[in-house]
Amino acid sequence: MGADFVQFSLTPILVGIFAAVACALPGNFLILRRQALIGDAISHVVLPGIVVAFLITGTVTTWPMLLGAAGAALVAVVLIEAVRRLGRIEPGAAMGVVFTSLFAGGVLLLEQSDTSAVHLDVEHALMGNLEQLIWLRAEGWGSLLDPVALAALPRELTRMAVVAAIIAGLTLVFWRPLKLASFDEGFARALGLPVSLIGFGLVSAAAAAAVAAFDAVGSIIVIAMFICPPAAARLMTNSLGRQVGWSLVFATVSAVFGYVLAGYGPIWLGATNSVSAAGMVALVSGVILALACMFGPARKRVGVAAG
Amino acid sequence: MQDFLDALVLQAGYNAALVTLGAALLGFAAGAGGSFLFLRKRALVSDAVAHATLPGVGLAFIAMVALGGDGRSLPGLMAGSALTAWLGLLGVEAIVRRTRLAEDAAIGAILSVFFGMGVVLLTVIQNMSQGRQAGLESFLLGSTAGMLYQDAMLIAGGGAMVVAAIWLLRRPMTLVAFDPGYAAARGVNVGRVDLAMMGLVLAVTVIGLKLVGLILIVALLIIPPVTARFWSDRADNVVWSAGVLGAVSGWGGAALSASAPSMPTGPIIVLIAAALFTFSLLFAPVRGVLASVLARRAFQARVHRRQGLLALSRSEPIHDGLTLKVLTREGLIRPDGVATDKGRAAAAKIARDEHRWSVARRLHHDTALTGRYDGLTPIEEVFTADEIALFDTRVDRIGAV
Repeated sequence: MGADFVQFSLTPILVGIFAAVACALPGNFLILRRQALIGDAISHVVLPGIVVAFLITGTVTTWPMLLGAAGAALVAVVLIEAVRRLGRIEPGAAMGVVFTSLFAGGVLLLEQSDTSAVHLDVEHALMGNLEQLIWLRAEGWGSLLDPVALAALPRELTRMAVVAAIIAGLTLVFWRPLKLASFDEGFARALGLPVSLIGFGLVSAAAAAAVAAFDAVGSIIVIAMFICPPAAARLMTNSLGRQVGWSLVFATVSAVFGYVLAGYGPIWLGATNSVSAAGMVALVSGVILALACMFGPARKRVGVAAG
Repeated sequence: MQDFLDALVLQAGYNAALVTLGAALLGFAAGAGGSFLFLRKRALVSDAVAHATLPGVGLAFIAMVALGGDGRSLPGLMAGSALTAWLGLLGVEAIVRRTRLAEDAAIGAILSVFFGMGVVLLTVIQNMSQGRQAGLESFLLGSTAGMLYQDAMLIAGGGAMVVAAIWLLRRPMTLVAFDPGYAAARGVNVGRVDLAMMGLVLAVTVIGLKLVGLILIVALLIIPPVTARFWSDRADNVVWSAGVLGAVSGWGGAALSASAPSMPTGPIIVLIAAALFTFSLLFAPVRGVLASVLARRAFQARVHRRQGLLALSRSEPIHDGLTLKVLTREGLIRPDGVATDKGRAAAAKIARDEHRWSVARRLHHDTALTGRYDGLTPIEEVFTADEIALFDTRVDRIGAV
């Protein structure tokens, strides 16, 4: 736990935690509203978004890519809704039609354009580059107090922390309307709450979290964190407040253990190279969910005959 | 263009022809098989199945290398992917059955966790000495480059077998897709039919891995059935036309990709399917957007025509722009708003029928008939001439007209 850890592992772990928290928070409400797969759909359309942004600007820089991804997420949400309403198709199938088509378009654009000079490919969008977010200027724990070294922190860390903080703040501010609209939309509407606006705001927050997280940690973590920690938390308790608390704990544990297992696990086993941190974080969250499915105190459906 | 036409009629070389035939068969199997999933409203389960193939591909590679093999043999990789896809499917079922989580959460969880596991295994393989050129990443998006004759035969043969299985199982699967409760009451083992349905989806996914890739195979299972649904309300029509739509996408996509550079097969196939979908969404009869808009406008015109004629019969002025337009277009009023002879006749008929209806509602207690009064259905379509004559005697007695 010396200088090496601070230099190579501290920032990826922190970025992972912030990304996990930013995704798990909206995930809690998405699961209650049976919209869990919207995160999956958004992470797929991030690819066409960044490809289009690259084709327009010609560079792989942060802001155009983020804007492109956010634009694509918005387009996807609108298209899914349009296909669902205009074609009178069930939401799952509408989602499947839209995100696969957009993803296919993204891959085709990528193949057709000359991106050999830049680091832009499908695997990068899927797996992220968590391992590369190192803090070169750090010389030990003391660097945390050194303003020069702090200024050289990877920008992804600041960005992810800000996004996580904004989403946490929004969740707190809109706690009651979100809770009402997620559990009983009819009642919320009867109270005069703008139910569809709340739904759209939630999906937008989820999209913002997904877009901010994808280039630091990749789509796999994003999808896993949208679903696994909140789903596991839902099996632990019947109170929404406690559920959100559990989901944050699970998200943090997944991010920390996943990174550590990916980075050090193979070395403990005698291998020389680490494995994908993004994949391992998803895997750890899956193990947590599996345990919750087997032992969670609130895992059973209420009011349904056994068997 | 010539290259594309050559490829389309299978004249662009032996290998390209094989790939094209394989893609068409795969498309047919995926479209027809996916229809049952779509009708059962479980389309996205296929997404979990598809993503769950990745760890199987990795495990099969590691196992084959450990046994001293090449590791890249397609049948072996397909067997491995089928195994983990099956486990993923069981995982989704178990979560839905044993916990209170909904199916979408279960799908998302299985999808991301299995995919994460697969990515971990891919990095493990990259670190193996035999793994550097494994090229397993090609299973993400599919690749037809360097496809062997055996591989193409495997895809074509597998696709044909899936189509045959769908043909054999079409009746129980249709029954279960529409009404599981009725199917169970008829003695159909719903659980087993569901299992067979999922087995077919799994087979399509595994066969399509090499050609289309695991991320996009979902599109072939979902888009053609949704497209076919626009054109028919009959289950068997939907199933087989989804198959044809899938086959057309597969055939055209493979031909296009063989005839031009930088045209990856999987995405092109999906985009052709998406184009067919978009066309159907807009232009399909009855369910398409254009047809809905036209039907709505026709309905609107009928309502305005009726209101306008009622106003004419009561000699009330008409102010509504659309009403004036509808009546003028049919020659019922002159441009200055005065009724023509034809208009007066139509107005008198509408007013008389209104009275007939009001009599009918008093005389007739059969609400199934009188309930059809919506102001737009002509009375002649609901009652017989004798009945209308009877109403007329009452109308005269009241002296309304």
